[in-house]
Amino acid sequence: MKIEVKDLSVYYGPDHVLKNVSVSIKKQTVTALIGPSGCGKSTFLRCFNRMNDLIDNARIEGEIKIDNLDIYSPSVNVNELRKTIGMVFQKPNPFPKTIFENVAFGLRVNGEKNKKVIEEKVEKSLHQAALWNEVKDKLKKSALALSGGQQQRLCIARALAVEPSILLMDEPASALDPISTVKIEELIYQLKEKYTILIVTHNMQQASRTSDKTAFFYMGDLIEFEDTRTMFTNPKKEKTQNYITGRFG
Amino acid sequence: MNLIETEIGELKTELIDMTYMVKGQIEKCIQALYTFDKDLSKEVVKNEKWVNGCELRIDSKCEHILALFNPVAVDLRFVVASLKMVSDLERIGDNAKGIAQYIVKSETPFDKELIKKFRFEEMTTVTLDMLEVLSNSFEKDNTKLARTVFAKDEILDEINNQANIIFQEYVLNEKDPQKVMQAIYFLSIIRKMERVGDYITNIAEEIIFYVKAKVLRHNKKEKAKVKNKEEDSADDDL
Repeated sequence: MKIEVKDLSVYYGPDHVLKNVSVSIKKQTVTALIGPSGCGKSTFLRCFNRMNDLIDNARIEGEIKIDNLDIYSPSVNVNELRKTIGMVFQKPNPFPKTIFENVAFGLRVNGEKNKKVIEEKVEKSLHQAALWNEVKDKLKKSALALSGGQQQRLCIARALAVEPSILLMDEPASALDPISTVKIEELIYQLKEKYTILIVTHNMQQASRTSDKTAFFYMGDLIEFEDTRTMFTNPKKEKTQNYITGRFG
Repeated sequence: MNLIETEIGELKTELIDMTYMVKGQIEKCIQALYTFDKDLSKEVVKNEKWVNGCELRIDSKCEHILALFNPVAVDLRFVVASLKMVSDLERIGDNAKGIAQYIVKSETPFDKELIKKFRFEEMTTVTLDMLEVLSNSFEKDNTKLARTVFAKDEILDEINNQANIIFQEYVLNEKDPQKVMQAIYFLSIIRKMERVGDYITNIAEEIIFYVKAKVLRHNKKEKAKVKNKEEDSADDDL
């Protein structure tokens, strides 16, 4: 298993927002996290790169092991951990820099100085993000001039450049048009050959199209974790069925 | 009730209406056979176009739901099952029409001795019972009831299997060519009635599929298991 989560609980002050979640995730798979707003899915996602550490009053109990390493162990260097876990957010957030510098940014932060290595990795990452052909002639232009869909793929390229093993995606296509959405989904499908991907999505079809496994959260509980095909044809729990068929509440 | 629930509800209503329509067609053709009512037989033949119309409407409704509502889970299973059920219902309608056409073709009322020998009364009683069970189980999503048709279908199969021998004996002993021709028609009617039983069984399997997500098609073992009423009471509470 790539990721092992055991009895994970997250509190924001007195609020118990994630309750005793246990789950195992295989490497090179896509796991979709679904559930209504406030169910804890984004909180769960942010546990893997310890982004919740940045939230005041956030408290975490339980255990997350990545490649058998307890990432909440005091001996873990959070910066090193985050190098192995890329994250893509809902809204594309390129830096106000050139396309090239956006992708090279993480490499430079990590101390890479060799120009040739940086160039190679930038090109490779842009290829992986299915963006190279669209930007290869304008690498020195501002990333902000790209379309929304291109900006999001640039952010994916930026995350991939530092060669993480896990990619976290928080509603990566929710702000994009249908064509850009399809490109992101195709990209997710290709990227799972190399990466373990966790994706938060409100789009049921996106979850069913792109993921191998689906986890349904409701009010902080992990209600069901199942093969995506089973989840969308024959969910075991009534709450899951009510949610995915739109009969919730 | 959300939009997809409304659509699924309408689809189910149309399927139930069609079930009653084909049930009526079978009832009429049986009645026409016993009473040798050619007018009633012609009515069955004529009404077949309404059954076909139902099939087209329900197909189109399923297409509409799949394209616009992206159904999942029980909704998806229901739409997939509906596409199969509507086709089987239409074929039941075809068979009712086929039986009615034999009645129209026959020059004299069917020989009572022939009816008795072929166990036709038993066959029609079982078929009508199966159709009744089918419509009730479909309306109520009652899989326990739906399962009861499997055993009944075996009775129809057995009557159909024996029909060949009975036919052979009858034809060997019968000198009247008109009666021999009628026996040929009758054997064909038996065949059609047996097919009706098969379609009812298929539809019952689809009811179990969409309610319980269990696939019984081409699965004799599983079917035998449900026939033995295992898991019934607990499952039906879902």
